[in-house]
Amino acid sequence: MTMFGRNIPVVFSLAIWFVAWELVGRAGWSTIVPPVSSVFEAGITVLGSDKFSLAALISLRSFAVGMALALVVGIPLGFLMARSPGIGRLLGMWVNIFVSAPISALVPILMAVVGIGETTVVVTVFLFAVFVIVLDTQVGVKHADRSLVEMARSFGARRRQIYIHVLILSALPEILAGVRLGAIRGVKGVVIGQLLVAIIGVGELFELYSQHFLMEEFWALVIVVFLFAFAVSEAIAALERRVEYYASAR
Amino acid sequence: MAGDAIVEARGVGKVYDGGVEALRNVSIDFPRGQLSTLLGPSGCGKTTLLKIIAGLIPSNTGEVWVKGRKVAGPGPERAFVFQDFALLPWATVLRNVAFGLELRGVPREERDEIARRQLAEVGLSGFESSYPNQLSGGMKQRVGLARALAVDADIILMDEPFSSVDEQTRRKFQEDLLVLLRYRQKTVIFVTHSIEEAAYLSDRIVLLSPRPGTVSRVLTPDIGHDKDPDGIRRDRRYLDAVDEIWQILKQYVT
Repeated sequence: MTMFGRNIPVVFSLAIWFVAWELVGRAGWSTIVPPVSSVFEAGITVLGSDKFSLAALISLRSFAVGMALALVVGIPLGFLMARSPGIGRLLGMWVNIFVSAPISALVPILMAVVGIGETTVVVTVFLFAVFVIVLDTQVGVKHADRSLVEMARSFGARRRQIYIHVLILSALPEILAGVRLGAIRGVKGVVIGQLLVAIIGVGELFELYSQHFLMEEFWALVIVVFLFAFAVSEAIAALERRVEYYASAR
Repeated sequence: MAGDAIVEARGVGKVYDGGVEALRNVSIDFPRGQLSTLLGPSGCGKTTLLKIIAGLIPSNTGEVWVKGRKVAGPGPERAFVFQDFALLPWATVLRNVAFGLELRGVPREERDEIARRQLAEVGLSGFESSYPNQLSGGMKQRVGLARALAVDADIILMDEPFSSVDEQTRRKFQEDLLVLLRYRQKTVIFVTHSIEEAAYLSDRIVLLSPRPGTVSRVLTPDIGHDKDPDGIRRDRRYLDAVDEIWQILKQYVT
């Protein structure tokens, strides 16, 4: 970041935000904005509580299961749609609709179908994440270097070998990009699912804090969820950077 | 020098999905142990014919026989060298060279050993653990050639292998290719649009007419490729062959 012709570390922008927040909080203009220092204080208490550990565990489990399902379904489906034009056309429209559709609107209906509880949250995470994974995988496989496939065939590769040795690796940069976007959406899915179901995990805590007007705790939780989403995204981005060298060489 | 035909095309015709007729009734033999080039203006279907021989695309009419067997797909007796190199960007040079053997299930140590030897033969020792994007175009195609040699196929099919390589590299590569093939009993079918390249390398030149591709003439320049490279380029027969080819191809160029 450059300001007034000087290099300023990015952390500085965070510091400015926190100072501003602290000042607004101290000024007491609004009860929903407590000073950032008391948010941090509350955060330490919240993070140490059993209630939080339990909520985090449930939320992480829903996220992990939902994401795993999205990967297991999304990646093969993307392959199928790319390799078989008929299926690609048949499902392409739906995937494109759902990737941009407000899935949150469907959660109450889901609740009616699969019941109130963790399953609803898992399905919500799945629906939030799966479509972008399908779409990116399809693009990656479709744009896989045709001459590499032809090369593998010329050396006698069987269909399975073409998938393992060429298509998966060739599409890896796009697949990873899809997985990263899917994971970010998945975090939203956990929170929205739990908020709408409102009885478990982090969502239950959000509900509890806002109803009892525990704004310090509320903001502390928001920051924790932000950080989690950021960490997941960065971890996948780090993987992406490792395969970038050949993505740029394709 | 003339041997029996190892590859025979019989009445091969190809019409692409869009209705473009690439080849019509092409019948031609390729003698064992010789380097034959398919030469013609762009759009004459020479690459199509090569890929039909490779078993990569099916013909609509006619058939191709390789070593007495009808071609229904790729086979281990044929290896392909691609115009755009077709190297796996995520694999090291060594693994790329060994790729054909890897697909066949040859154990790691054995295939790496063979790949190392082939790399040395094409003059790329020391680049085993490099990645393709660290190599120049000429070096990439040497890897492509090493990969084709590694599977020890009798027939090597080369699709304009030097067209993405600069002129000087190409000359050097052509000379090296002749040396490399001199003591090997390989049959090479080579697609090119360069008259000089065809005359310089070939035992036999098959001239194709443009769309739809048909065999226009077959020339056997008889230059003798055991001469030194510069000798060939000054040889009367080489110069005559270049001129003869140009006189025939001229009519197709608009």
